Amino acid sequence: MNDSKALASRRRFLKTAAGGAAAAAGVLHAPFIIAQPAKIKVGLMLPYTGTYAALGTAITNAFKLYIAEKGGKLAGRELEYVVLDDESDPAKGVDNASRIVNRDKVDVLVGTVHSGVQAGMVKVSRESGVLSIIPNAGFGAATGALCAPNIFRTSFSNWQTIHALGKVMMEKGHKTCAWITHKYAAGQEMFEGFKEGYEKVGGRIVKDLWLPFPNVEFQALLTEIAAAKPSATACFFAGGGAVKFVKDYDAAGLKKNIPLYGNGFLTDGTLQAQGASAQGILTTLHYADSLNVPKDREFRLNYAKAYKLQPDVYAVQGYDAAQLLDIGLKAVKGDMKNTKGMIKAMEGVTIDSPRGKWKMSKAHNPIQDSYLRQVVGEQNKFVGVAWKALEDPARGCKMG
Amino acid sequence: MDTAIFFIQVLNSVQYGLLLFLVASGLTLIFGIMGIINLAHGSFYMIGAYLAFSLTGLIGDFWLALAAGVVVAVLIGLALEWLVIRFLYDRDHLYQVLLTYGLILIFEECRSLLWGDDVHGVPVPPALDFSIPLTENLSYQVFRVAMSAICLALAAGMYWLIQKTRLGMMIRAGSVNREMVQSLGINIGLLYRVVFALGVALAAFAGMLGSPVSSVFPGMGNQVLIVSFVVVVIGGIGSVKGALVAALAIGFADTFGKVLLPQIAGMVVYLLMAAILLWRPQGIFGKA
Repeated sequence: MNDSKALASRRRFLKTAAGGAAAAAGVLHAPFIIAQPAKIKVGLMLPYTGTYAALGTAITNAFKLYIAEKGGKLAGRELEYVVLDDESDPAKGVDNASRIVNRDKVDVLVGTVHSGVQAGMVKVSRESGVLSIIPNAGFGAATGALCAPNIFRTSFSNWQTIHALGKVMMEKGHKTCAWITHKYAAGQEMFEGFKEGYEKVGGRIVKDLWLPFPNVEFQALLTEIAAAKPSATACFFAGGGAVKFVKDYDAAGLKKNIPLYGNGFLTDGTLQAQGASAQGILTTLHYADSLNVPKDREFRLNYAKAYKLQPDVYAVQGYDAAQLLDIGLKAVKGDMKNTKGMIKAMEGVTIDSPRGKWKMSKAHNPIQDSYLRQVVGEQNKFVGVAWKALEDPARGCKMG
Repeated sequence: MDTAIFFIQVLNSVQYGLLLFLVASGLTLIFGIMGIINLAHGSFYMIGAYLAFSLTGLIGDFWLALAAGVVVAVLIGLALEWLVIRFLYDRDHLYQVLLTYGLILIFEECRSLLWGDDVHGVPVPPALDFSIPLTENLSYQVFRVAMSAICLALAAGMYWLIQKTRLGMMIRAGSVNREMVQSLGINIGLLYRVVFALGVALAAFAGMLGSPVSSVFPGMGNQVLIVSFVVVVIGGIGSVKGALVAALAIGFADTFGKVLLPQIAGMVVYLLMAAILLWRPQGIFGKA
């Protein structure tokens, strides 16, 4: 932080000095006398404490990794960061977003992870028109009913993560299934995405079970699954809930007769804690371990070198957020004020992502492959493509 | 619901209720006997779970880790009482809420620094890591049965300690009249320190015992804190017997609420609390 202050005063000095120095322009090297353009202010509004802290950190790390790979500059302009911890607290979403946009006057807003906080940020983005990039939250309306020209997403919609799962389960011969998740907005969106895909191929959900969020006492509902005797179970859980659910499901003896399926959050970043209980579980997501993508190998190597950590799907999404910003800035030669020009360049762009190439949809959400992955050891191993170029239906979006 | 499934749900209710009792019993001691509203109780539960995670990894045996963890928890309890809690006895409840809420934040931050923000699992002790088949699809993990048995044994132990021993007599007397006990020559400061340490140890023990099935994750303490207060309030403040009955009632309400009334499953426990408090504002076994 002190550095940036020192830099700012140096910049002021350079500006005043520039006039005088211009007189000597004839004898001095050109770069020395040109006053540097102001830095681009990037607002990082992400969770750095609480349950999602690890996700916020992964996104930030990968975003900065891309900038570092470009020599610390995008389109010839340096970046400075305004970092704000949103604590994944939906109650503070609108306040925090308007603080970073209206008071700190960021040029671009990057965030966030939690869908509830995202709802507040989308409101502020729509009102202020600030260029916004969502590096995780799958909140459907952000690129659906509430879509806007200045809002882009480099991650996924909730619908998109689980839509391909029904097809996969049908191919494995599961004509009936039970569904279980937490009763909150994301759970509801996942349920609709799954149901649509599963029923389209002739599957029947014989029982849908809902648990108050964030209750993790699953025993009663596991008994209900056993009583309903479906051919398989589909679910959406993440983080601590996912660990406990996978372990409880296995301990209740359900796993061998009624296989468990889910979207990738069920087994991402949780495998060490889940241990043997998770082995063999099939999930769908837009990223996997041991993907045969050269860009991925390069990304993983660089990330591991920079942070002594393996990257995950969240890091990939953060990396792509930086790539997208770069594309927009290049198109307008670093003129951040030309938002229209940036949006035009970012629309319909194809991003060469570690997850594989994906295209920006008309609603500003990735059109991407949904991969089928299987848990082997502590990896979500790539098995195949469950759905090629899956596009969110973007219901209610009037753009494009 | 056929009969077999019904009985399995009854089993689920009892098992959940007993684990709740274990967490809440420490709270009812500290709240009921010492009169301290301890919001940090959930944090002690969390500390227990993380201790189980670290110590099991270090020692290799779950039960030895449990024993070592209890010792650590008692030490934490004694130190905390001496450092901060003892200044709260004569103060208003608002000060207690403020201070113990501060403790939650401190413990969460320490947890983040020491263990990070990842989710961890504790392996089920190998000797109990098998299941009894109940129906063709469903089986019951033996470790869960053992957990219930341990909870019952502890309930009996606490009843004996409080009703039948000299220490229990002093604790009961201290909860009624602090000054009188003091003037009879009993070191009430020391007594409260012991009770507080016991309460912390019970919460931490619940966290440790439950860790193989609950897994270990940030914020886990906040989830149990609220339901623990519900148990204490329904059962009657300070009554260990009340806590046991209330915890079982909540176990049943929660389990059958999820099955029979899924639309309002999140509310069932609180509706039960409201109904009981309308009937008996002091709780089932509370003194008027």
